Amino acid sequence: MSDKRTLLISTRKGLITYKKNNTRKWSFDKVDFLGLPVSMAYVDKPNNIWWACLDHGHWGSKMYRSFDEGNSWEEVDAPRYPEGEEVKKDVPASLNYLWAMNGTTNGSTTSLFVGTEPGGLFKSVDNGNSFELVRGLWDHPSRKDQWFGGGRDHPGIHSILIDPKDSSHIFVAISCAGVFETTDGGKLWIPKNNGLKADFLPDPKSEIGQDPHLLVACESNFEVMWQQNHCGIFRTTDGGNNWQDITDKGGEANFGFAIAADPKNEKVAWVVPALSDGIRVAINNSLCVCRTEDGGRSWDTFRNGLPQGQSFDITYRHALDQDEETMAFGTTTGNLYLSNDHGENWNWLNHNLPMVHCVEFI
Amino acid sequence: MPLVQFTSNLKRFYPSLKETEIEAKTIDELIDQVNDHYPGLKNYLTDDQKSLRHHVNIFINGSMIKDRRKLKDEIQKNDQVYIMQALSGG
Repeated sequence: MSDKRTLLISTRKGLITYKKNNTRKWSFDKVDFLGLPVSMAYVDKPNNIWWACLDHGHWGSKMYRSFDEGNSWEEVDAPRYPEGEEVKKDVPASLNYLWAMNGTTNGSTTSLFVGTEPGGLFKSVDNGNSFELVRGLWDHPSRKDQWFGGGRDHPGIHSILIDPKDSSHIFVAISCAGVFETTDGGKLWIPKNNGLKADFLPDPKSEIGQDPHLLVACESNFEVMWQQNHCGIFRTTDGGNNWQDITDKGGEANFGFAIAADPKNEKVAWVVPALSDGIRVAINNSLCVCRTEDGGRSWDTFRNGLPQGQSFDITYRHALDQDEETMAFGTTTGNLYLSNDHGENWNWLNHNLPMVHCVEFI
Repeated sequence: MPLVQFTSNLKRFYPSLKETEIEAKTIDELIDQVNDHYPGLKNYLTDDQKSLRHHVNIFINGSMIKDRRKLKDEIQKNDQVYIMQALSGG
């Protein structure tokens, strides 16, 4: 049974915390960074350090950390692109957006990774006191000529997956470039996009230029990964060597941003679909969640408790999370929904939040 | 010495921020000096390549600076420098 009692909701107007009481009822607790856009929050569980990434409109992207579970926050220097670096010829590289965080702890050493727009992956080994650009990926020969922005002005790393059995084995997903893998801690990166399709490219099967919206893995079997892609839903069972298209052709589970993988059952995943990349609202103005229990061969659609016929909600890529039987997702129109039965039935927690960027149980 | 004034919106992050006399001959020197007084403030005003952020404006005696990229506009000892933000968002 779910035992996590805190829900962190990163929104356009602050970091909002919900708490669960002993009767399993969730309620609003507080807001930090009121009025400021929070692109995401991340909790370094082994060290119990909370992180918040801010996206000031005027002052740039900032990072804050908390050593007391969000009671107090301190700003740390956000990752910086080295002087002279370029996104492409004559386009200076500067931190535009903090879009992904993940970390791994071996003994007394924690490696913290941050994915950013315009395409740089940064690493810290001192709990965020300093960050260093991961050169192996930034200097990848495909980057300057074949990566490009998707939704944002420049390429961005929104997904970082670290093999629980081997911390030097890492995947990142980039919009738009695709999935890349390193097995040596970040020196050499190999594209892993065979089987994906990018309908918006002259060659849809191009190895570089794919648009994974989010990459997730099954915790108990890291060979199994899923991605909600711009052009459908894909799954791999061989560590990204081959991707299978598991889109529900003609059904709801097709376009979208968010995807969640069951940590124990490698055949179970959820998506919150939307209507086409050109329109981007709930399908038929009716919000739903789709779940597969057979590795994507079939999808079930769940609507109970979600608005039907009057919804314009989109769920961003990091705005769906799962903890055992409990699931939550937030939307662009400020709705926050919760399910206590693996996504089959939903209740609303709030209809009046700011736009939701990221949802995380801790 | 040139006198530097700041948008009040920066006080949220630097509560002690106040108009300050800074010894500098160019805007980039001035920002470095400002950063000595208020550590980290430089990162709020300039990006990773040391250019002025898109939504930040700097005025010298009421005239907007011309060199946003390298910040080499010159300052005289009696100048007033205003560090402002663009008004946007919602």
